[in-house]
This record gives sequence, C-alpha cells and structure tokens, in this order.
Amino acid sequence: MSGRVARSLPERDRQVDERQIETRQAELWACLHVVTDPELDESVVDLNFVTRADVDAANHVDIEFRLPTYWCAANFSFLMADDMRRAVAALDWVKSVSVVLGEHMYADKINAGLAQGLSFQETFGVEADGELEDLRRTFLLKAFQRRQVALLNHLTELGHVPETITALTLAELRCLPLDDEGDRLRRRYFERRDVVAGARDERPAFVDAAGSPLRADGFAAYVSGLRRVGINAEFNSALCRGLLSVRFDLETPFVPRPRAPA
Amino acid sequence: MYRTATGEEIFVIDGHTHFWDGSPANQKNIHGKQFIDCFYAYHSNLSPPSEKWEKEKFEKYDAKTMFDDLFVSGYDDMAILQPTYLTDFYKNGFNTTERNAAMKRSHPDRFILNGAFDPRDGSKGLEDLHALAEKHKLKGVKLYTAEWRGESKGYKLSDKESYRYLEAAQKLGIKNVHVHKGPTIIPLNRDAFDVADIDDVATSFQDLNFIVEHCGLPRLDDFCWIATQETNVYAGIAVALPFIHSRPGYFAHVMSELLFWLGPDKILYGSDYGIWTPKWLIDKFMAFEIPEDVTKETGSVLTMENKTKILGLNAARLYGIDVEAQKQKIRAGGGYAHFVEPVPA
Repeated sequence: MSGRVARSLPERDRQVDERQIETRQAELWACLHVVTDPELDESVVDLNFVTRADVDAANHVDIEFRLPTYWCAANFSFLMADDMRRAVAALDWVKSVSVVLGEHMYADKINAGLAQGLSFQETFGVEADGELEDLRRTFLLKAFQRRQVALLNHLTELGHVPETITALTLAELRCLPLDDEGDRLRRRYFERRDVVAGARDERPAFVDAAGSPLRADGFAAYVSGLRRVGINAEFNSALCRGLLSVRFDLETPFVPRPRAPA
Repeated sequence: MYRTATGEEIFVIDGHTHFWDGSPANQKNIHGKQFIDCFYAYHSNLSPPSEKWEKEKFEKYDAKTMFDDLFVSGYDDMAILQPTYLTDFYKNGFNTTERNAAMKRSHPDRFILNGAFDPRDGSKGLEDLHALAEKHKLKGVKLYTAEWRGESKGYKLSDKESYRYLEAAQKLGIKNVHVHKGPTIIPLNRDAFDVADIDDVATSFQDLNFIVEHCGLPRLDDFCWIATQETNVYAGIAVALPFIHSRPGYFAHVMSELLFWLGPDKILYGSDYGIWTPKWLIDKFMAFEIPEDVTKETGSVLTMENKTKILGLNAARLYGIDVEAQKQKIRAGGGYAHFVEPVPA
C-alpha cells in the first residue's frame, strides 16, 4: 500500500506538486485547443478528437487522439498529430512529447513515424506525394475565407456598408466597437489574416485570397462567392461530429479537462 | 413509383445502390471489419431511429430484402447497381459486378447494372473491361479514384492510363462514368478527393457523362465551380440526401448551391442502399422545401418539377430509359400490384 509512503512525504510538497501538475495539464489543454482540424477549421479539442493529455513528474507529455473514421485521410491525421506535438513542445517546461493515434488504418505507421520525429513524406515514402505543405496552405486559405465571410456578414448585419468595410485598415478594424459575437468573429479572422498578405496595422483589413484589397463595387458578388466554402466546411463538420459520436458513442470515459487559468 | 396526394405519378430511378456482403464470414482482415463498421456508422448517424437496422442485417441482406426495400415498401421504380470490389478486404469482394449481376438477372426491368475499372490494372484491366462490358452490355461504370492500392495512393482521371481506359470505355458503349468523390474510401492523401481531374476529362470526353457521386463532398465548394463550366458533369446526391433528416438546414444549403450552380437537370437522386432506404428519404424529400432565407441567397427553389427531374427523369435521360415504356413493362410484370389504385371520384 502506498498510504505509508504518501504520509511520509511532507504534505506541503505533495500539494505543491499536485497543484503544479494541474496547472500544467491546463496549459496542455489550452495549447491543444489552438490546434485545428485543417479541413474543418475547428479545434481538435472541441471536436472531441483528443482523449488524453497527461504530464508526468518528469515533464513528459502523453497525448492520445482518435478520429471519426478508421479511414480518415492519413496525411491530415499526420498533420494534426504533428501540429499537436509542435504546439505542446513549445511550452518551456515540456521535456518530451508522445502523440499516439488510436484505431486508424494507418495508426501503426503514423505512430511509428511520430515517435521517430519523421515527416509525413519520410513516414509514408513513395505513397505520399510530398504535397502536404501545399495542401496545408490550401486549407489555411479556405479557413481564412470562411472566417472572413462570417465576419463580413456580421458587419453587414450590424449596418456597416461595403464602402466603410472595404476602407477599413487592420488597425481600424481592431478598434471597431462590436458586439460579443462580432468580437469573437474578429478574433478568429485575425488569427488567419496573415495567411494571405501582410498584416501590418496600416494595411487594408479585408483582402481577397490573392491579397488584393476588397472593393465596394462587386462586394456582394465576392461575398456570395465565398458562401460555398462555409457551407462545405459546415457540412463536413456535421458529418465528422456525427460519425465520431456513433463510433465512440462519446460515453467513452474522458480524462477530466481542467480549464486553463484565466 | 411515388404518388402525390393529387395522384400524380413520379418515376423514380435510384442512382446509387449496392448489394453487398460485408459479413464476418466474408471479411478477409481487420480492414474488412472496419469498412462495414464505418458504413454502419454512416447509417446509424444519419438515419431516423425508426429506420435503423440491426448490425447483422446491415452486414449482409438478401436479394428479397433489397427488392422489397427498394421497390415495394420503397418508391424506386428502377435502381442502378454500383459495384465496390474491395477484394483486398473481402474474400469474395464486397459488392462485385458479378454479385450485382445475379440481382439484375432476377429482375431485369428493375436494375441497371454498372461495372468498374481501375486504370492501374494496365492492359489486363483493359481486357477485363472489354469482357465485362460485352457480357453485361454496360452503360455505366463506377470509379474510386481515391482508392489505395499497393504502393499507390490513388489516381487521377487525367492520368495517361485513365485516358486509355476512358477511350476504351467510350468505344465499348459506356456513356456514364460515376466517380466517387466523397468521404472515406481508403484515402491515403486528402487530395485524392480533389475534383480538378473531373474538369480535365469532362472537357476531353464530351460524349461521356461524369456523375460526381456525393457531389464532391468533402469538396462541394470546388465541385460546384467546376460543374458549372462543364455541360457533361452531374451531381449524385447520395450521402448528402440523408442530412434532410438530421440537418435539414445544411441539406437546404447544399441543394440550394447545386441548383444554383448546376441547375435541376444535372442532379441525380441516390439512396446509397443499404446505407439508407428509399422510403424515408423520398418521403422527406417530397415534403421538403428550401427555406425562404436560403432561397433569398441563391434564388433556388425545389419545385415539383425539379423534384421529378432529380428523382428520375435526369437518370432516365442519361441511361436512355423511356419512362412510359418502362412503366408499362413493370406494370405488366406485376410490379405495381402492391399499389392500391386510386378510387375514381
């Protein structure tokens, strides 16, 4: 029994350790929260993909995740794992990170590649086509467009006209008084704004995928052109969430997920 | 046959059905188990609770069950059998042309039998396609460009080998090429779902029709754009359609976009049987209207005329089915005997 051992430790130290682990675990989840499924542009934590994020006394981090189907594209699975590994490794106290994908057609291959710190290309060799970075960029662009159109629609609903919206600089958009929802959409947009073009304060707030500033004439056509991107992503997201919930019924016990300190 | 409240008869061609064997006895390995499990997850997730099947029935259903679900309790008049070989996962294959052909032989007026090819099979595959097309007088094929095979991560229709096959198919009288551009068929690379290759071949093969199954989901946005520019590209709405129950709002948006970009003459109904069954899908589809706020964005309206085209007339045109003549054949064979004839007023 460990009761005797535990009592033999100075109570204060034990409490400090426990509190530290709790804080660190919260930091881990906060880190993982920023990682997105590239296709859905939603957090892997919100999507319920991450089942475990633990840190031990030696500051080694264990992450486990799962996906909606056994067949989810290997490159995206790899990408998410790699993003999680990088995000967590950036915490200064983290000594090492292990990321493990469960119940996937390529789980063994992906996990071995991750454990050795290999790239997707190195892991899959000839089967991979080496276009992972291009693909990542494609989906970052889609995320940019989806976040932009959500914000543009919201600004329009609030009564801003195309002439005003297209004239905004990034600094002006940052200071624009908005409701809570508008503020959330603005923050999400800012996270992806630099995917397309320079994001210095004096630059136009709204540019198209090629980096050209939006214009008041043609604004409506531009916005409706982006509509498909949002519908597509929402449709896929609904499908993925549904499949995950059936596959794992989401009754599967989860580790408690402490909130990050505010 | 679907009959409206006012007695109008709508001829239904189901563009996407399977007669599969995913049972444990036929599974070759863990992939076979995971494959049917994944289909079952689609089924469970998107079906209304009352329409959910037991796992065992889902894994393997018999010919009579299928016939009843499609044509007796369901509203299908005809159904296209689309093969999915998956011989790496299943001892006798999952849903081969041969297995489907037995179904067609029992009910020749009800089924359209499609074949399949894979350009990675080289010259031997071309010979097989030749034999298959002649034996079954194929009018259509189903292709999986994202399918993993050995070292290959999938192929593109625009590959040189694919051109050879498409040229051969055209010579053999095949008119319709159904391409799976949708979720979860063993994709190694996410980009295997890319729809750009459709654009290429649709331009090069003007006499072929390309039916993009699952309307390019998860790439609906790119697909709509391509389909607008090509006169011979169609959208199959299997997998999108069941969202009519669980997410009617999304379904409305998808239909609205398809109607806007492709128009009502280029959308094909499909149940994806046995994942979903025609009865509830069509009941809901006939009752469905695109909400006003969505119509406001695109101007798309799902009129009765549009529904009639989507449910059958479009597929009839692609497969050269004379609807009135076919109805007579089916009626003569007792195919509508289960209908209670309307009492004259």
